[in-house]
Amino acid sequence: MTTETARLPRSGHSAPKPSKTARSRERALAWARRAPLLPALIFLIIVTQLPFVVTLVISFLNWNSLRPDQTGFAGLENYLQVLTNADLRQAIFTTILLTVSVVLASLVIGLGLALLLDKKFIGRGLARTLLIAPFLVVPVAAALIWKHALLNPTYGLINGALTWIWSLFGSDTPPQPDLLSQAPLAAVIVSLVWQWTPFMMLILLAGLQSRPMDTVEAAQMDGATSWAIFRHLTLPHLRQYLELGGLLGAIYIVQNFDAVFTLTSGGLGTANLPYAIYQTFYFANEYGLASAAGVVVVIGTIIVATFALRTVFSLFKKEAAR
Amino acid sequence: MSTLTPATSQSTPRSPVTGPNATGTRRGFGKSGRGKSRMDPTRNNTAAGIAAWLLALLFATPVLWMILTSFHSETDAATNPPSIAANLTLDAYKEFFGASSGVSPWPPLINSATASILSTVLVLVLAIPAAYALSIRPVKKWTDVMFFFLSTKMMPVVAAILPLYLFAKSTGALDNIWFLVLMYTSMNLPIAVWMMRSFLAEVPVEMLEAAEIDGAGLLLILRTIIAPVAMPGIAATALICFIFSWNELLLARVLTGVIAGTAPVFLTGFVSSQGLFLAKVCAAAVVISLPVLFAGFAAQDKLVQGLSLGAVK
Repeated sequence: MTTETARLPRSGHSAPKPSKTARSRERALAWARRAPLLPALIFLIIVTQLPFVVTLVISFLNWNSLRPDQTGFAGLENYLQVLTNADLRQAIFTTILLTVSVVLASLVIGLGLALLLDKKFIGRGLARTLLIAPFLVVPVAAALIWKHALLNPTYGLINGALTWIWSLFGSDTPPQPDLLSQAPLAAVIVSLVWQWTPFMMLILLAGLQSRPMDTVEAAQMDGATSWAIFRHLTLPHLRQYLELGGLLGAIYIVQNFDAVFTLTSGGLGTANLPYAIYQTFYFANEYGLASAAGVVVVIGTIIVATFALRTVFSLFKKEAAR
Repeated sequence: MSTLTPATSQSTPRSPVTGPNATGTRRGFGKSGRGKSRMDPTRNNTAAGIAAWLLALLFATPVLWMILTSFHSETDAATNPPSIAANLTLDAYKEFFGASSGVSPWPPLINSATASILSTVLVLVLAIPAAYALSIRPVKKWTDVMFFFLSTKMMPVVAAILPLYLFAKSTGALDNIWFLVLMYTSMNLPIAVWMMRSFLAEVPVEMLEAAEIDGAGLLLILRTIIAPVAMPGIAATALICFIFSWNELLLARVLTGVIAGTAPVFLTGFVSSQGLFLAKVCAAAVVISLPVLFAGFAAQDKLVQGLSLGAVK
């Protein structure tokens, strides 16, 4: 039993048990272990944590670079303004709506695609490659293509295809919707769902392919229907992959700037927080207000991240334990 | 028949079954599993195949349309209904490379390449030793360190961008590609540490211990035991970091200007309000996306592991 406990941590990649003698040698050894880690750690603290502390400080200041004489301590005023300013409040709602709808839609579509790709059919590799393609277009380029080549009301592909389909049935009055001006947020959502579905699909496909097949086969032999197998075996197994995909996707989409900037320039209620903050400090020069909004984003992200970390951690612990 | 199948499925979860090839071999692995597919009998697979192909084509349509339009003339590009069979031409590409405007896209493309490649190198230099100290010779509380790295990735860029902008402005680092290199390094470092750790965790510990007992030096161990396992992981990490840097817009837009502007920034300023420009925009989008498409397809087998930060194999 003693040998068992002594051997376990070694194979589990954790630090070996300290010996009773040679304290200083051990300390040197610990530093030798830490040394390769330090450059990355220090670099990251300086470049990411320090600026955030500065943001935190600025968020309590009344600071507009166009009126430097009025700079001073503002207390919680900026935060009050973030929550009461109609534009910024709208931006908070837009961010939530955008993130939730893109994540949910791309997860559902991604799940459907993953289930299809999990079966064997002719040219599966090529179909998979085609499905990944949207994720491998530069986001700005993708947004430009959606804006001009697909959604443009006069010559975009979508309205062009509608004209063509309607003409097949002898009609010359096809519907010609203008999503960009009628429902700009929907346009942003559609283009982002298109870009993020492959991401979800890849993660869910990996999840599907790691299913223990013996239970599925046993269920099949017992005459379980495909739906029952999906509902009671596949879905529970996929749960952590769905959570992982959803939460990683949420982290990236909350921060989305490219699509909003390119498709609508934040007009007509599509400005999300990153875009609104960009405008607040870059064009309105309201440094204090922008910083407070930034802190609000971080608080929101921390709430989401707590869940994300828990999910990643459960997969991670499993992996680390092997 | 039933004795063979569980053995096959036992081994599958650990093998990286992400690429089409890997999946193919896996499916053909157990002879017993060949005839009957996982959830449904074979007859359903035709329907699934057709559905998958239709959806794949639907998803790829914007990309294919972008490529096709980039080879059309401006007048053919802007028709309703679309002129699919119009004559192909390279005019849009010539225009993109400044045939009539005289504006060369090379400076922003070179800036993008500089920022992406240099930051990727820097990321690897910092991340590989760190990942080593988190997997092969782990420090105490290495999981806490891992989660610190991850938490920095969760902080939105907008929450730190103002101080960075003010710092750059006051030190003269604004519109300087080196500052952007540093920013991209910090942006990708957490991802790279997580990815590299998951790859280095696959290094066989028993072999390492055996080599140490035999008195092998660190360099020899690095070269003969760690490198063969880690090299594909390093390549995948590099490709994914390259993609993220190449794609980045917000930092580049705020921190650069006319000198150090990157390709995405150039692209946003590319659309003119006058005249037809659709073919030119498509050509620009194709050229700027090409490096990412190549890098992405090159990393395809490790893409999932990378994007899920190593949580999914």
